[in-house]
Amino acid sequence: MPLRKIPTLFILGLSCCALALTACGGGETRVETGDREQVLHWGNGAEPQELDPHIVTGVPEHHIIIALLEGLVLKDPATLEIIPGVAERWEVSTDGLVYTFHLRADARWSNGDPMTAGDFAWSWQRALTPSLGNLYAYMYFPIRNAEAFATGKINDFDEVGVEVLDEHTLRVTLNHPTPYFLQLLDHYSMFPVHRATLEQHGDPFQRGSDWTRAGNFVGNGPFVLQEWQLNQVVAVEKNPNYWAAEQIRLNGIRYYPVENVSTEERMFRAGQLHVTGAIPPDKIAVYRAESPELLRTEPYLGNYFYRINVDVPHLADSRVRRALAMSIDRGQIVEHVTQGGQIPAYAFTPPDTLGYTAPPAFSHDPEAARTLLAEAGYPGGQGFPPTELLYNTSEGHRKLAVAIQQMWKRELGVEITLNNQDWKVYLDSVNNGSYQIARAGWIGDYVDPNSFLDMWVTDGGNNRTGWSDPRYDQLVLECAPSAPDRERRYRCFQEAEALLMDAMPVIPVYFATRNYLARPSVRGMPPNLLGYPLFKQVYLQAED
Amino acid sequence: MLRFILHRLLQAIPVLLVVVTATFFLIRLAPGGPFSDEKAVPAEVQRALEARYRLDQPIASQYLSYLGDLLRGDFGPSFRYPGRSVDEMIFAGLPTTAELGLYALLISLVLGTTAGVVAALRPNSTQDYLPMSAAMIGICLPSFLLGPLLILVFGIWLEWVPVSGWGHVPGDKILPALTLASGYTAYVARLSRGGMLEVLSQDYIRTARAKGLPEWVVVLKHGLRGGLIPVVAFAGPAFAGLLSGSFVVETIFQIPGLGRFYVQAAFNRDYTMIMGTTIFFAVLIVAFNLLADIAAVWLNPRLRHQYRKRAS
Repeated sequence: MPLRKIPTLFILGLSCCALALTACGGGETRVETGDREQVLHWGNGAEPQELDPHIVTGVPEHHIIIALLEGLVLKDPATLEIIPGVAERWEVSTDGLVYTFHLRADARWSNGDPMTAGDFAWSWQRALTPSLGNLYAYMYFPIRNAEAFATGKINDFDEVGVEVLDEHTLRVTLNHPTPYFLQLLDHYSMFPVHRATLEQHGDPFQRGSDWTRAGNFVGNGPFVLQEWQLNQVVAVEKNPNYWAAEQIRLNGIRYYPVENVSTEERMFRAGQLHVTGAIPPDKIAVYRAESPELLRTEPYLGNYFYRINVDVPHLADSRVRRALAMSIDRGQIVEHVTQGGQIPAYAFTPPDTLGYTAPPAFSHDPEAARTLLAEAGYPGGQGFPPTELLYNTSEGHRKLAVAIQQMWKRELGVEITLNNQDWKVYLDSVNNGSYQIARAGWIGDYVDPNSFLDMWVTDGGNNRTGWSDPRYDQLVLECAPSAPDRERRYRCFQEAEALLMDAMPVIPVYFATRNYLARPSVRGMPPNLLGYPLFKQVYLQAED
Repeated sequence: MLRFILHRLLQAIPVLLVVVTATFFLIRLAPGGPFSDEKAVPAEVQRALEARYRLDQPIASQYLSYLGDLLRGDFGPSFRYPGRSVDEMIFAGLPTTAELGLYALLISLVLGTTAGVVAALRPNSTQDYLPMSAAMIGICLPSFLLGPLLILVFGIWLEWVPVSGWGHVPGDKILPALTLASGYTAYVARLSRGGMLEVLSQDYIRTARAKGLPEWVVVLKHGLRGGLIPVVAFAGPAFAGLLSGSFVVETIFQIPGLGRFYVQAAFNRDYTMIMGTTIFFAVLIVAFNLLADIAAVWLNPRLRHQYRKRAS
């Protein structure tokens, strides 16, 4: 019957499709092949903006750059203690101001060129040159005159405290004793770049060069850039010219720019990734229950907090701000809302930041919060002006904001409206002070309380609350830098943090954790506060 | 015909100029700049970056110099990806997006017309309701739901196809193409069913049947030609839509196409990238609409006649 021919064709077509589908199953997964060949498949969040260490600012770029380049020192991934990098040893003067670095003689660039102290001096000059627009130039500011050079007040780099003594000796002079200075040297913004390569590919002091492309890139790290396919993969392979090449156990790393965390989780499940950058929050509980061996939950040097604009009349009263802070039940929030093992925060600096732990400055005490609010003139929330809580568009921020909105209503009788804005709009609102209460987070650049406390000084670029206290400024900018030892330095910070928490221009909510997925075959990647892998120590060993 | 094409090409110039101008000024009105960040940007860095990308000049002169660059085919450097030019990024993503769009178009045309024709042969029977209900679901089911569903079933449970990627592993193009095609397939199915129903009730079909032609010749030879005119008219704009609308599918399946840049550029306030991709897609849409119109004139004897008369 001719008429039946058409449905038959239709069914035939469908079965062809099905056949084509079934033809591609089976075989080894990418992860299994990787385990065999020592190639790590790494979910890397986003397409790297650049691979130039003096331009980039993001975590995805960081993960690639630490494979391709190396600074004077490294950190032990287990303890975060400083270990030798390009410098095999160094001396610090007794006043803590002068560092003399001795570069190892066998350190080379990936093209075989020897590495010299001059490479560092030139690279640092480049990193500080204003025309490059380096957002991390401030990492250099402990160095004498570095800030003046970066802001264009002086133009002669010879005045900056960086001196080449000979081919393998570099002397750095600081403004103040800076206990965390060595840590800064392991930040990518202080990594060296290969001068001849940069000069060959355009103006080294301007953006827009293609020296970081595969084929052009010359680095000094344990891996070399092999391939950079836009939006697909960045591939690096072992660098035979690395000074400790025999220690490198991986043959290569493949970084995949997977922006969507759900996609990333599916790729992980299908055996396409060894490690993910994150995990969808609603999957944490599932993995914890069903495959805990794949889920890694690690403390992270970051916090989540709400900024308060103290220039808003009814929020200018610190009693109101404290009342808001004390009525939030943080235990409920980390247990039922964020669910990622976060730690309730009753101080601003994360606990045990290089031995520094601020004592809890307040507690969850709704009764005291109500009293404070009544003293401020709003008993039971009566007459409390309309207040808006701003957050950037994200499901996680929204859930948290809703929970806190309800806690404030229940405990204080205060009505808060929620407002979400697209990321760039939100940044604009917060920068211009056109907000009342705004969600925020901070991740330490280095493991030291200074990274969390120097942002609240008067008119600090990251303050953005309008809050200011001369005593606080004095403690952070003078007392701590001039303290003769760690104990006294931390005492200055403790006092400063107590002032900050008493005035409460920021309401801490929780201390962050990093939740991500990793195959059990990934070894040599101990947890640390910075989420920092030392790739030359990482290796893959499938379970037997 | 030539005059018709020339006329339409001339019309396209002011359209594109409006697109360029409106986009240029609108993105600058949006709050938040390309360089704002969670960390405060020091004033001197902000100044250096603005000078580098000419953002320190008056907006009128920025606009004029952009138009000048545009005439030379230069979309400028990306703000977000400092080492790359917008041209480079568009041409890096285009082949993938075009390939994905082409597969999706083919799938939707083949499956859609088949389903539509099958449904039209026995209107208001199971043979009609089944494909048309499927089509309704296809239209309603957004790709951000369908994609993960397909991945879950065929990628993770059955392990038949890879869950992501493009061109790395055999079979990794199947799910994205199907996901992107679904909505369009459904649309084509409904269009072709409508077209076929109308044609099959025409006198010349009755004549063909009366002549004793086999039913499949009636349907495939005489029916399909007229019945598919609405589908042909739809195919041009649909392809432009597939190219510019593949963002969700590209994100779900981790495909290195143009759609991801297009949407991300807006969130990042990457001015030059927004301009570049918008203009590029505007040109595509204008071009495919023009092609569809030409095809319509060519297929429809009445329109063809009209243009010939005007020309003479």
